[in-house]
Amino acid sequence: MGADFVVLSLVPMAIAVLAAMACALPGNFLLLRRQAMMGDMMAHSVLPGLILAFLLTGQVAGWAMFAGAGAAALVSALMVEAIVRLGRVDPGAAMGMTFTTMFAAGVLLLELTGASGVHIDVEHALYGNLESLIWLDASGWASVIDPAALRGLPPELGQLALVVALLALLMRVFWRVLVMASFDAGHAAVMGLPVALISLGVVAATAMASVAAFTAVGSILTIAMLICPPAAARLLTNRLGVQVWLSLLLAALSAILGYVLAGYGPFWLGMSASVSAAGMIAVVSGVMLGLAALFGPHRKAG
Amino acid sequence: MFEALLLQSGYNATLVTLGAAALGLATGAVGSFLFLRRRSLVPDAMAHATLPGVGIAFLVMVAMGGEGRFLPGLLLGAGCTSLLGLWVLQGLVRGTRLPEDAAIGAVLSVFYGAGIVLLTYIQGLGAGRQAGLEGFLLGSTAGMLRADVYLIAGGGIVVLLALLALRRALVMVAFDPGYARVMGLRPEWVDLALMALVLAVVLLGIRVVGAILVVALLITPAVCARMWTDRAGVMAVIAAAIGGLAGYGGAAVSAAVPGVPTGPVIVALCFAVFLGSALIAPRHGLIGRMRGGRG
Amino acid sequence: MTQAALAFDAISVRYGAVTAVDAVTAQIPSGAMTAIVGPNGAGKSTLLKAALGVVAPQSGQALFFGQALDAVREKVAYMPQRASVDWDFPIRVIDVVLMGMQRQLGLLRPVRAADRAFAMDCLARVAMTDFAKRQIGALSGGQQQRVFLARALAQRAALYLLDEPFAGVDAKTEAAIVTVLQALRDEGAAVVAVHHDLATVPEWFDRVLLLNRKLIAAGPVAETFTPDLLRQTYGGQLPPQKVA
Repeated sequence: MGADFVVLSLVPMAIAVLAAMACALPGNFLLLRRQAMMGDMMAHSVLPGLILAFLLTGQVAGWAMFAGAGAAALVSALMVEAIVRLGRVDPGAAMGMTFTTMFAAGVLLLELTGASGVHIDVEHALYGNLESLIWLDASGWASVIDPAALRGLPPELGQLALVVALLALLMRVFWRVLVMASFDAGHAAVMGLPVALISLGVVAATAMASVAAFTAVGSILTIAMLICPPAAARLLTNRLGVQVWLSLLLAALSAILGYVLAGYGPFWLGMSASVSAAGMIAVVSGVMLGLAALFGPHRKAG
Repeated sequence: MFEALLLQSGYNATLVTLGAAALGLATGAVGSFLFLRRRSLVPDAMAHATLPGVGIAFLVMVAMGGEGRFLPGLLLGAGCTSLLGLWVLQGLVRGTRLPEDAAIGAVLSVFYGAGIVLLTYIQGLGAGRQAGLEGFLLGSTAGMLRADVYLIAGGGIVVLLALLALRRALVMVAFDPGYARVMGLRPEWVDLALMALVLAVVLLGIRVVGAILVVALLITPAVCARMWTDRAGVMAVIAAAIGGLAGYGGAAVSAAVPGVPTGPVIVALCFAVFLGSALIAPRHGLIGRMRGGRG
Repeated sequence: MTQAALAFDAISVRYGAVTAVDAVTAQIPSGAMTAIVGPNGAGKSTLLKAALGVVAPQSGQALFFGQALDAVREKVAYMPQRASVDWDFPIRVIDVVLMGMQRQLGLLRPVRAADRAFAMDCLARVAMTDFAKRQIGALSGGQQQRVFLARALAQRAALYLLDEPFAGVDAKTEAAIVTVLQALRDEGAAVVAVHHDLATVPEWFDRVLLLNRKLIAAGPVAETFTPDLLRQTYGGQLPPQKVA
């Protein structure tokens, strides 16, 4: 746990924890509102936006990517709405069409423009580049309070911290109306709450979390974190406030455990190369969900 | 590219293109029954869950001293974990209070995560040996063996024949499971048969379209076909035709433009058909609706 | 007649090609219990939802105490049909009741002891005090219905709109709900309920609104709840057998 850890592992681990928490927050409400597939859709759909942003600015990180992914999330939400109206299909099928089309468009853009191989590739989009977000300016634990070294932190860390803080603040402020509109939309509307606007807010929050997480940890982990920690927490408690806190805890725990297992696990088994941290974190969160499904005190309804 | 579309770019490319078309036919037809049963997103979980099976099968075959890229072996592994994913999905839905959409999302992301862990592990074993496995992510017709094509095309034909035999039962159960039971059908067995066919086309499809995108070949042709007809049987035929054309076009383009994975091209073609259908389909299309007054 | 608590003004609702509610005009007075009665598919729930803006009416409007709903929302309480709610939601009974006080609580004001005590009072009026900390899904259907009534009570409204409050509830709940509603009426509130069981109409309600897409009749039970008008409402082919 010395200088190597600070340079190589501290920042990726912190980014994984923040990404997991950013996704778990809106994931709680997606679960309760039966919109879990929204996460699947958003996480796949941001790819073309990222690539367009890269082609326009030449940057692979930072706010340009964030904006591109956000625009793609918006387009995908509009596409689902349009397909539901045009094709008169249920939202599930419309989401399936949207995310496959957006993802396919992203891959084609990547391959046809020659962007692939430069800085981003499909694997990056699927499992992120967590392991490469290292902190080169650090020289040991002392760097944590060294302003010069802190300036060299990967921008994803600051972005994610900001997104987590913003989502937490929004959730705190709108907690009561979110709960009311999710529990009984008809009653909430009669009480004068803007139910449609609240739904839009949930979608926007999901998009924000997906976009922030996707650039750092890839689509698969984004989906896993939107769904697994809240789902596991739901099986452990019958109180929504507790559920949200538990989901944050489980998300952080999966991120840390998964990262350690991916980075060090293979060495313990005597192998020389590490495995994908994003994949391993998803697996750990799945194991937690499995345990909750088997032993959770509130796993069954009624 | 036009040479490829006209099947003039060599015997192997022609074979692959025809195989992809057979796959598209079968997938489109199966998808239309799945659409009627309103279970369009279940195969999304099943397709993602194939990935760890591919990795495990590769490792097992290499450990036994064999060729890791043997397609039937990889598909066997993929089928096992896909079924495991389906079983976990059903377990979550029946055994817990979680709704189906959350269970689907959990299964697909966790199994896919496990698959990625295995693929990166295989990459770590030594350069070059994993070549071909990344084709299962996004689909690739490059490097496909002739036997692989026969497997895919033959499997597609078997699926189509099974659909032909089961079509009345499938429609009846999709429309009204209760009535179907009264008529002596067992809806749970019919559903099981449908899921078996879905599993078959997913397995045949992952090599060509890839695990992430194969679900598009099940959903989009069916949605398009629904716009052209109000009859279930006709819908299956139209969906099969759209899927077949997309598979054919996708494989041809991918063969002509090096480096482009097959899956995304097929998906893009399917979506183009959707846009066209949404515009010009009689009665259900945009223009038809505007001329006919209300929808 | 004094200012009506609720006035339907030529409300029509259409779902696609189907007209669910056809130009209904009627007045609901305060200090009375009014039953909305009619066959299945007569548009009873739809009429309430259209008045409240939960579904958009094709034409017409509803006035609450002479004003648009937005001006007097705190005076209007609504109890939806049981089926419209996700009972698996992770929330306790007391928190559901507190939802009725949303307009006082706003976004951030913490729930004080006085708010909690008032919510408990509302639960006491429907005999549900002992269940305050249970999860809503762990209750029986009748108990859930009483919690919803407590949530409406917590609003301290002057007009109560209830969508099938007696559907599928046990005898104890039925009695509890009737007692509470009659007490509200005696305090001067207007109570409107979509109701199915014709046999209990004369016993429980003061006024009745007969609906079959169009308004058939509205008025005091003694004048309006007649075999003739009922036959007209139910279309003749389905004579209401329970009317003595």
